[in-house]
Amino acid sequence: MTIFERSKPGRKGYELPAYDVPDSGCNVPEHLLRKDPPMLPEVSEVDVVRHYTNLALKNYSVDRGFYPLGSCTMKYNPKINEDMAMLFTQLHPFQPRETIEGAVQLMGHLKELLCEITGTDDMTLQPAAGAHGELTGLLIARAYFEDIGELEKRKKVIVPDSAHGTNPASAAMAGFEVIEIKSGPDGCVDLEELKKHLDDTVAVIMLTNPNTLGLFEKDILTIAKMAHDVGALLYYDGANLNAIMGRTRPGDMGFDIVHLNLHKTFSTPHGMGGPGSGPIGVKARLAPYLPVPVVRKSGEKYELDYNLPKSIGMVRTFYGNFLVLVKAYTYILTMGGKGLKHVSDMAVLNANYLRVKLSKTFKIAYDRICMHEFVIDNEEFAKKTGVKTLDIAKRLLDYGLHAPTIYFPLIVHEAMMIEPTETESKQTLDTFVEAMERIAKEAQENPQLVKGAPYTTPVRRLDDVSATKYPVFRFKR
Amino acid sequence: MHRYIPHTEEEIKEMLQEIGVGSIDDLFIDVPKTIDGYNIPDGKDEFTVRKLVEELARKNKTFEPEFVFLGAGIYYHYIPTVVKHLAANPNFVTAYTPYQAEVSQGTLQMLFEYQTMMCELTGMEVANSSMYDGASSFAESLLMATRITGKYKMLVARTINPEYRTVARTYTKPIGIKIEELGYTELGTVNLDELKAKLDDETAAVAVAYPNFFGFIEDLKAIRSLIPQNVVFIVVAEPVSLALLEAPGKFGADIVIGEGQSLGVTPNLGGPGIGFFTTLEKHVRKMPGRLIGQTKDLEGKIGYVMILQTREQHIRREKATSNICSNQAYIALINAIYLSVMGPQGLREVAYRSYNNAHYLAKKLEEAGFAKIFSGEFFNEFVVRVPDDYRNRWHEMAKNGILGPIPIDRVYKELGPSALVCATEVNTKESMDKLVEVMKK
Ligand SMILES: Cc1ncc(COP(=O)(O)O)c(C=O)c1O
Repeated sequence: MTIFERSKPGRKGYELPAYDVPDSGCNVPEHLLRKDPPMLPEVSEVDVVRHYTNLALKNYSVDRGFYPLGSCTMKYNPKINEDMAMLFTQLHPFQPRETIEGAVQLMGHLKELLCEITGTDDMTLQPAAGAHGELTGLLIARAYFEDIGELEKRKKVIVPDSAHGTNPASAAMAGFEVIEIKSGPDGCVDLEELKKHLDDTVAVIMLTNPNTLGLFEKDILTIAKMAHDVGALLYYDGANLNAIMGRTRPGDMGFDIVHLNLHKTFSTPHGMGGPGSGPIGVKARLAPYLPVPVVRKSGEKYELDYNLPKSIGMVRTFYGNFLVLVKAYTYILTMGGKGLKHVSDMAVLNANYLRVKLSKTFKIAYDRICMHEFVIDNEEFAKKTGVKTLDIAKRLLDYGLHAPTIYFPLIVHEAMMIEPTETESKQTLDTFVEAMERIAKEAQENPQLVKGAPYTTPVRRLDDVSATKYPVFRFKR
Repeated sequence: MHRYIPHTEEEIKEMLQEIGVGSIDDLFIDVPKTIDGYNIPDGKDEFTVRKLVEELARKNKTFEPEFVFLGAGIYYHYIPTVVKHLAANPNFVTAYTPYQAEVSQGTLQMLFEYQTMMCELTGMEVANSSMYDGASSFAESLLMATRITGKYKMLVARTINPEYRTVARTYTKPIGIKIEELGYTELGTVNLDELKAKLDDETAAVAVAYPNFFGFIEDLKAIRSLIPQNVVFIVVAEPVSLALLEAPGKFGADIVIGEGQSLGVTPNLGGPGIGFFTTLEKHVRKMPGRLIGQTKDLEGKIGYVMILQTREQHIRREKATSNICSNQAYIALINAIYLSVMGPQGLREVAYRSYNNAHYLAKKLEEAGFAKIFSGEFFNEFVVRVPDDYRNRWHEMAKNGILGPIPIDRVYKELGPSALVCATEVNTKESMDKLVEVMKK
């Protein structure tokens, strides 16, 4: 039942204090005054409590169990992060600078920590998510080339076909022409293919490393040199930093612009799809183009620098998703330098353990040492059994587990992309393997059973096709 | 070993053996080793972390809500206790994008209901499930206007939040959108003669704010009557005001967007907030962001899924209507809970009290010698003339626990010394009288 159907005219769930301000009378012209009240729910407080509590029960979440969505880093989110964010909720972004000393210091410390982690020289904390960071980074690249007089000829951004969909979308929004290059047979960037497209008309190469197949671009140092030889910039999609922390830094590998997804690697809960935070770190020569304000150390203090004449402007209001920054900061204090390395070590260990265990039953798309995630290729399995990746995913829900990412990356057909993260124990991984093996058996013995899944969820398989063909956008009486 | 990472030495050994490698380092053979750990101090126990962060928090000054007279896009309202408690449910907080609809019905139904509420407030037909903030919603509305019309000239009222206009310039410059400003009159609202003069065949959209940055209520009827039907009419609306003011949809708006922070969200130093984004069904395929729709499952039970994803980046890649992926879904939950608690009557009372408080305060300030700069009709904010040294006084007031009206003459230089005064339902007669007294000194 929707909240609108619980509604009864005249019922209410709020109470305002007594009010003693004299009525000044309403002078708004009649035609600008609202005639019909909006159809909002009219419910008591307990109605609201039961409604949202019941909705919450229909959600799977990390706090309930294993959530191996590839490329999403659904790790456990420490509770202290939430408490620490709560300490900063009552600040107005326009209150006088001297009254937000602690908040500015926090941003300053966090920036320095993230610069150390990414191997970059300066950073903006403003972008609200990964894709927003990508757009920011590409606008910085654009401003740089404009400044050095090369924008006219550099119109292209190279993106491998294994890249996340936000990469080409961001490049297009930043006004670039997107050149997609095919991955090589080993799942990495094909150097010959890259060479074909690489000349001084290229502004940026965008790479995710490890890439979305969970593989490390082993030729990265060569790629960086190739990019820089033609004067192009190298962009790092850092959504997958969870694999390499403490061993290597994007800036050291030659990346000029780096975005981080704080809501992945730095353990801020994803809140059903956001808020996130996507800071952008850059090498020194790109720092003048960062969006304002930039927080910087000036003497002993941190200051908000608005005086960047070459800045791209602002990409969002104020300081970004500040409370997410507090959570990431809390996490880094908690883990420390050694802890972050341990995070990557265990994330990679977990992924490889799962890969090896599952390779006994399923085909691994690129069966070699992977980083924090890997991809199963179910094309043959589907041909043999008639059971598709979608069906396996739905059946997993019946086993009380969340399904991995499916049909991504696009270059593997019937793909299933699995990222266990470091916060899962061996027992949990073994449970998952067991469920996958049982489903494989079911697919052979009784494919209809798997194809009819899920059976135990709040709703059975939903009709996506007619939902889009005859869209119902809102509740109507 | 670490409290968030469960592996024992024994298990690590077993797992390495299963993989067939001798050590963890063997898993990183492809990775060029550029560092040996970070130059970052070791991790700390919870007690110590708490102390460190609390110490930073203590270096900020917070204000009693009734002594806040600063708005300018972020507002203090009373948030019923139940909102925070329901929103803290980990099954909302620690879930992800609803990629598996069958185990995400809580998220999906909540967003469907949120979309419905935003449609109701704005009088529009479709709402998406959130953008980053009001500014990014505004920027994306201009991009959408170009997709609808194929044209690149935007007439944007100078009375739209300056930060929104700055962000919009950042977003629209690369694709060649030209933004022309529309000035305002002594009423504090958009100059209609200038609008008439600047409208031409190249115009993609006209954008105004309602109420605008100065707090004044634009006559949407008069504006729409000047704009040809094929020019996109964009309204940047303040959602609380829409319980009192006629919905922009009733005046023929094509896109209504804004910042949803005022619907139950704490100020958060400006983030997270949430951008809302609504439009008409005829434009829906040009719309950015994620949409949730109603459908049925194979037993005929009602359920909810993500719809029209073929507009989105994960399918359309460089041809997508936007690059937005992670959004502000959790804040949409807070908006939905707040609106459920307040209902139409509660929200209207909040809106009317804000309106009445602002008008009471305007009268008192005027009596104390702070003239109103504009003579039009305003909602919960207005602009007053202030002495030359007001900025110093503003800092002084903050020291004494009053977050006073913000000086705006750095951004609107043409106004001379001036401040934007804000009142909401949280201000009391006593706190307003005190403000007037303090400002007089
Ligand atoms: C590899 C990769 N790049 C970019 C993104 C986009 O990040 P966001 O969703 O925060 O915009 C994601 C997350 O979905 C990702 O996995």
